[in-house]
Amino acid sequence: MRDAVLKADLPESFSGGTEQQVDMEQLRKALKKEQRQIRIRKFAKNKASVFGLVVVCLMIILAVGAPVICKYDPLELNTVNRLKSCSAEHWFGTDTMGRDVFARVLYGARISLTVGFSVGISAGVLGMIMGLYASTNKIADNVLMRICDGLKAIPSTLLAITMMTVLKADIKNVIISLIVVNVPSMARIARSQAIVVKEQTYMEAMKGLGAGRSRMLWKHMAPNILSPVIVQVTFVFASSIITEAALSFLGAGVPAPAPSWGNILNEGKGVIYSAWWMVLFPGIFTVLTVLGLNLLGDGIRDFLDPMSS
Amino acid sequence: MRKFIVKRVLSVIPVLIVVSVVIFLLVHLVPGDPAAAMLGDMASAEDIAALRAKMGLDRPLIEQYFVWIINMFKGDFGNSVANGEPVLSVVISHLMPTVSLALYALIIAALIAIPMGMAAAQKKGTVIDHVVTVCSLAGVSLPSFLLGLFLMLLFSVRLRLFPVSGYTEMSEGLVQHLRSITLPAIALGFMNAALMMRMTRASMLEVLNSDYIKMARAKGVKEKWILGKHAFKNALVTVITVFGQSIVHALAGAAVVESLFAIPGLGQLMVNSIGRRDYYVIQAIVMLIAVFNVLINMLIDILYGVVDPRVRIR
Repeated sequence: MRDAVLKADLPESFSGGTEQQVDMEQLRKALKKEQRQIRIRKFAKNKASVFGLVVVCLMIILAVGAPVICKYDPLELNTVNRLKSCSAEHWFGTDTMGRDVFARVLYGARISLTVGFSVGISAGVLGMIMGLYASTNKIADNVLMRICDGLKAIPSTLLAITMMTVLKADIKNVIISLIVVNVPSMARIARSQAIVVKEQTYMEAMKGLGAGRSRMLWKHMAPNILSPVIVQVTFVFASSIITEAALSFLGAGVPAPAPSWGNILNEGKGVIYSAWWMVLFPGIFTVLTVLGLNLLGDGIRDFLDPMSS
Repeated sequence: MRKFIVKRVLSVIPVLIVVSVVIFLLVHLVPGDPAAAMLGDMASAEDIAALRAKMGLDRPLIEQYFVWIINMFKGDFGNSVANGEPVLSVVISHLMPTVSLALYALIIAALIAIPMGMAAAQKKGTVIDHVVTVCSLAGVSLPSFLLGLFLMLLFSVRLRLFPVSGYTEMSEGLVQHLRSITLPAIALGFMNAALMMRMTRASMLEVLNSDYIKMARAKGVKEKWILGKHAFKNALVTVITVFGQSIVHALAGAAVVESLFAIPGLGQLMVNSIGRRDYYVIQAIVMLIAVFNVLINMLIDILYGVVDPRVRIR
């Protein structure tokens, strides 16, 4: 009877020969593969998430390939060609110092993606460590969560601005302050998921079998709290790009000659009457990247946790 | 009920302590030294030492913290480095434009978002529902300063309908005042509107699927009464929460939008203080907004308990 039920669920390749002994391990693998394919198909069907994926990939290609794609150096001054509008020579026009805006926007993608990626990954890892330990130790939980509450009480842009005021304005410090800003919400998410996982029967069983604490935490709990953390990482990625642009726009981010999107926008604001291209193009790139990441994040959530949609 | 309120009020204390410690440490654990940073590269060692003594930076950190907290309760936030005025009066003189801008932004957001969210919930799957979905997605992807720049390009540079920047005081006429802050208010309010729209839609949908609404429909109550009276009242609880968060969002977001549109509010004061390394002003503004945030959240939770008795038990 049990065999009959198992075979009913089998993919076609397995259902030949009724007398054949079915290898349980192989069967489990095949089912898992089948499930994954269903999810991938579902992801591919969702136009919004595919759009997000395409946009993000495109941005990565443009950022990585910037030296090959651009004819100009993003820092090269050319005062004769100041504030020229879009042309075949300068696709996105030139800025107040005659630098090629197209090159600056593409190199700006490098800065934005670097900041977003580093902040997302670091905040994810730190948040997960904090969340996991908080879920197992009451004192650590209280201390960590009060600190998180306190940090979250300060609006994130303001906290980032304040930190950048006291730190030296460079890309490393932008990343550090954005990590500090984003870790609390990450830790909260990891913790709430870890508390749910901790109460599961298999964790009780592990405890009963005498598994050590770090083994339980890292081998059995961590993989099970990963999904919401990964989803949050994409959103932090997106919001860090926005905050970095805002910081640079205010002059508290990546310092001036560097081609960050916020810097280009800041210069563009000053000449908004004569050079619309300096505002429009970096603006569109920022919005597209952030939109792409948000859509991709939604798609990843549906992919990892089909119940949520 | 009283127990619930007392418990909630007391829970604010540890958060406020952490907030104050974080803000204090931010300024006092500067690599290098705030006094040297304030005076710039050209200052002599004696000048720096004198300023350190004047600011109390030579005393132990713990002592400095308590002095700062006690002074703050007395309303003394120190003196601005830029012009020597008391920080509190500097902050108060920049308060009005920010409050005016934030309120205007919230009113615009609420007036658009709540009816749209309700309509989207009622007509799920129609054009209006899709518009709301797209708007709420755009809200998280379009930061306020970018929207502000785009609005500037379109309405000020192309169509010349609004001033590109600058601020007119309310005393110079309400219309002029509103005109000068309309674009910034839209830029600031859009993200809040998106959030409110999504939350209104979600909570309305939840309520519309509940048994008592089905009951009301079965009784033959008119649809507009169901929507306006039975459903909206209960969906309002969520909307109140979002509204509270939006006030804080608007105050914090004002930092960028104000310096974009040259509005002399708290945000612009803060950004200008970065350039001047006026740590006390920055400290005071961040502290005030954080305290305001904590208190607003506390009030919302209490309000929640008043409106929905189930919350009190948890």
